[in-house]
Amino acid sequence: MKILVGISKSPDTTSKIAFTDNSTKFDENGVQYIVNPYDEWYALVRALELKETLGGTVTIVTVGAAADEAVIRKALAIGADEAVRIDADPKDAYYTAVQIAEYAKEKGFDLILTGKETINYNGSQVAGMIAESLDMPFVSLATKLDVNGSTLKLEKEYLGGIQEVEVGLPAVVSCAKGMAEQRIPNMRGIMAARTKPLTVIPAAQVDELISFTGYTMPPAKSAVKMISPDNMDELVSLLHNEAKVI
Amino acid sequence: MSVLVYINGVHGIGKNAFEAVTYGKKLGDVTVVTNGNVDDAALAKLGEYGASKILVDKSLNNADDQQLTKMIENAANQTGASTIVFVHDHIAKNVAPRLSVRLKAGLVSGAIALPDGDGTIKVNVFSGKAFGSVKVNTAKKIISLLPNSIQPENNGGSAAVESFSANAGDTKVKVLATKQPEGDIPLPEADLVVSAGRGLKGPENWGIVEDLAKALGAATACSRPVSDADWRPHHEHVGQTGIAIRPNLYIAAGISGAIQHLAGVNGSKTIVVINTDPEAPFFKAADYGVVGDAFEVLPRLTEAVKKFKASH
Ligand SMILES: Cc1cc2nc3c(=O)[nH]c(=O)nc-3n(C[C@H](O)[C@H](O)[C@H](O)COP(=O)(O)OP(=O)(O)OC[C@H]3O[C@@H](n4cnc5c(N)ncnc54)[C@H](O)[C@@H]3O)c2cc1C
Repeated sequence: MKILVGISKSPDTTSKIAFTDNSTKFDENGVQYIVNPYDEWYALVRALELKETLGGTVTIVTVGAAADEAVIRKALAIGADEAVRIDADPKDAYYTAVQIAEYAKEKGFDLILTGKETINYNGSQVAGMIAESLDMPFVSLATKLDVNGSTLKLEKEYLGGIQEVEVGLPAVVSCAKGMAEQRIPNMRGIMAARTKPLTVIPAAQVDELISFTGYTMPPAKSAVKMISPDNMDELVSLLHNEAKVI
Repeated sequence: MSVLVYINGVHGIGKNAFEAVTYGKKLGDVTVVTNGNVDDAALAKLGEYGASKILVDKSLNNADDQQLTKMIENAANQTGASTIVFVHDHIAKNVAPRLSVRLKAGLVSGAIALPDGDGTIKVNVFSGKAFGSVKVNTAKKIISLLPNSIQPENNGGSAAVESFSANAGDTKVKVLATKQPEGDIPLPEADLVVSAGRGLKGPENWGIVEDLAKALGAATACSRPVSDADWRPHHEHVGQTGIAIRPNLYIAAGISGAIQHLAGVNGSKTIVVINTDPEAPFFKAADYGVVGDAFEVLPRLTEAVKKFKASH
């Protein structure tokens, strides 16, 4: 099985979120980047498990700058065979998805996996856009994935419940919690990752359909009002009369 | 301007659909497109919120994303719509990106407001820790609207329901089974949410959480360690790696308020925190705080809510 896994970087979850350049740019000062958790914990690890049982290869692809290679090496250390970096700033979801689709077009991948979303933009758009660009079916938010010959059997989150679906290969799948267990790279993996192939390819010419013009922070909360644990009638009355939520 | 709103009737037609139609109405003349087994009376209700026409293909059931994409594309062509609005749910998260590629239309994913004066639209970014303003660079636009972002407005209008041929092609993703929780309020749509964390000590203690939720008519949620330990189902997990919600009221009992948890809930209008530890970080993000034992405070709050409901 030939598997492609889309990887993106995202700021560590404890990063302080701030903006510069007149609130038009994310402030990268002091921000630690990690492999986007959904990509790493679920998509990549499930791809490796499939390779271990069915044979084949796992290629990771990212759209990003040279500085992102640390994140790529981490994914290689967990076990991917090779990596491709498309040398561009991943401007918007469409731009990113079309770059990946252009790369994947004639490579004959059986399965393309991504995480369900990035934790920085939470757009959940890239995988669906890759699927449409390649005219492939797409299953999102998959929590379980099994291969049966040339068919995939999946469970996916669906409007608060679970749906079981079946789809023929090739297909694009976005992966959510439940798909696999996080793997910590070991020393051997980290050593091996240094010599695994990392190919850099130039970006294709793609339009930006949207742009972010600025950022704002949520308004600061006013101070918390403390209520005695013995006076829940007061809390209910505040929720009704002051907050007006019940 | 002609606006197309896609509505799915999977859970029936409710508040989120009314929000999306209200949103569309503020931008132009609204046509709704939908499919499958939806009731005409429920569809007609969308007219009250501003839809002037409703196109429905009742023969298209269990449609996959590619079919829905084609259906919406055909409806957009037929109505000449330049803006397409979705409710930002699981279906939209699949279909809107596909449609964006097909129509080469910029997609605003997770919009939380109407366009500003300069035409940009606010979205949640960094898991709700900030807002971004999105400018769409294409003539056609797709806007996927986060639930609870706009107040539905019933203006008592009416809409004609017309049957429509989706011309959607074959299904490629075959649905084998759907397991939907019975009778529960879907968490992303809920106005009121009662949530609990590791402070509840074990799954056997969730009765007091459910009792309060029932008294309020609220949905239930939990912190990540709670769903990781299988005390509660995964779909209740809120936060940076779970779902992001923005209810009117979020009550958190026995949750410390880690930054990753707050990321998923700080869009809530009012936050109540119940915790034994007065130093718990969650109090900094709360509107109302109760320092106390959830095992005593939750049942007391449930009684107080019942008393209030009986007298109102
Ligand atoms: C990459 C990453 C992603 C993450 N994503 C998420 C996420 O999406 N969602 C999420 O929730 N977490 C997430 N976490 C985990 C997060 O950091 C916290 O560990 C988690 O939220 C803590 O859950 P908790 O508050 O239930 O438990 P704890 O932190 O153990 O807090 C329990 C609280 O209960 C209080 N308590 C104890 N007994 C009682 C009692 N009888 N009555 C009242 N209060 C009591 C304690 O004082 C304490 O404040 C993530 C972590 C990482 C590293």
